[in-house]
Amino acid sequence: MDKTMTVREMVGRLKSGATIGIGGWGARRKPMALVREILRSDVTDLTVVSYGGPDVGLLAAAGRIRKLVFGFVSLDSIPLDNHFRAARQAGSFETLEIDEGMLQWGLRAAAMRLPFLPTRAGLGTDVEGLNGALRTVTSPYDDGEVLIAMPALRLDAAFVHVNAADRLGNAIVTAPDPFFDELFCRAADQAFVTTDRLVSTADLGGFPGARHHLVERSCVTGVAHVPFGAHPTSSGPDYGFDFKHLKDYNDAGFADWRGRFVDLPSHDAYLAAAGGAEKLAALPLPVF
Amino acid sequence: MTYTLAELCIAAAAEAWRGNGEVLASGIGLVPRLAASLAKASFAPELMMTDGEAYLVEAPVPVGKRGAYVPQVEGCMTYARVFDVVYRGHRHAMTGPVQVDRFGQQNISAVGDYRRPKAALLGVRGIPGNTINHINSMFVPNHSTRVFVSGEVDMVSGVGYNPARLGGGRSDRFVDLRLIVTDLAVLDFGGADHAIRVRHLHPGIGFDQVQAATGFPLEGRESATETPAPTAEQLHLIRNLLDPHDVRATVFKENPPGDRRRAA
Repeated sequence: MDKTMTVREMVGRLKSGATIGIGGWGARRKPMALVREILRSDVTDLTVVSYGGPDVGLLAAAGRIRKLVFGFVSLDSIPLDNHFRAARQAGSFETLEIDEGMLQWGLRAAAMRLPFLPTRAGLGTDVEGLNGALRTVTSPYDDGEVLIAMPALRLDAAFVHVNAADRLGNAIVTAPDPFFDELFCRAADQAFVTTDRLVSTADLGGFPGARHHLVERSCVTGVAHVPFGAHPTSSGPDYGFDFKHLKDYNDAGFADWRGRFVDLPSHDAYLAAAGGAEKLAALPLPVF
Repeated sequence: MTYTLAELCIAAAAEAWRGNGEVLASGIGLVPRLAASLAKASFAPELMMTDGEAYLVEAPVPVGKRGAYVPQVEGCMTYARVFDVVYRGHRHAMTGPVQVDRFGQQNISAVGDYRRPKAALLGVRGIPGNTINHINSMFVPNHSTRVFVSGEVDMVSGVGYNPARLGGGRSDRFVDLRLIVTDLAVLDFGGADHAIRVRHLHPGIGFDQVQAATGFPLEGRESATETPAPTAEQLHLIRNLLDPHDVRATVFKENPPGDRRRAA
């Protein structure tokens, strides 16, 4: 069994109109090489589910989003993504704006093949009514409490980035926080993993390193070896986020940015444009 | 001992966590973070706190470059676990709203018409879940009628004490708003039916000045007292341990003194 493929092959399996989930959180461990590949493809009209960072900013600026399911979009130490803001303020896409925990709940419901999971989060706020998508459920027990029934967020495809993986689809996240990448993979019909390092199964970490195993490989469709595939977001403990690059991105016009960092012939060309692998390997880990 | 407005706000905001017990103290933004850190480093060592990323630490980590400092890890607090703590109710978060209304409802999502907002902000983040599950406080560095709006906030991201929004079986039993610390005053929810009340006025600030900067009527005109000055021990902790690079000097324009009568 060998699940390795290229990011181009991964995006080639994606159809316009699909619902996709993107792992990571803000400016941390985003599968950015895959996002840039989507921009180079003709895939559009996407419903995007994300703890948003520059992945959402780029897809929004490129006009690929029909609907965004999100709790926030942020570049971490740069609080607001200007590309997201411009598209959002222009009303360029529909939104399902929900609490971060509701997003987790929606993914978990899909992962468990349930129609919904109940939660108090969102009650009494505009999240409850403004999006038009949420309904409540009444506890069938004596308490009779009314809760939001967070609908399952079923994904056609999930994209995540990890520190290391083998050819079988075993993915290892040694970063401090795995975020919700496991649920993204479980909630999806197909889950695609990009990895900084492609290693033999024996080199994944063994015992007790297997505690970092993201999800059983039955949930992983494909693995692409993409060193620095999260750049300019971080992939701790291997490299930190590229603050200068993120700031330049945030300040740039999208067309100019696209020409410099998206419309390139290869990932190697991207790494060269971003300053070279040696520089990226030395990006310091963020201090919060 | 002289102190800055930022130091006054940090000490005043630290009081939010007094007597909370073993809760996760989450100060989002510089002043709330330093306030939570000050509480833990002085009168509330039982508080739990993170390194700002994914680990629980025994002692608050200083702000900015850490040099040789190594965080003293006592446990794990990934985002998934933060949500578990939220649902269990063992948390008190202090956050920075963009708008607040008379019910304590807050907005961090969008200003203006929701479909085509004048300003798209962060998004609701975890505020809906926080405010209906555990204790919350707020820090507002620019007390004005733009923040403290008349009517409801543009997009209700955080629950407040608005009975119209939590009827019909929706439980408000875990809604617990405590303090709003601003550059002018310390507010609480101790008025009639949880109305917002001025608890303390910062030195040199009058009630009328606070009321004029607020888009709804405030209670507490007769009962408000002066915000206690930070103690020498608190100033020592803030200056030498928690914020050794004086990042707090950037919170307010021109870093004014805590007693505004000294400004001239």
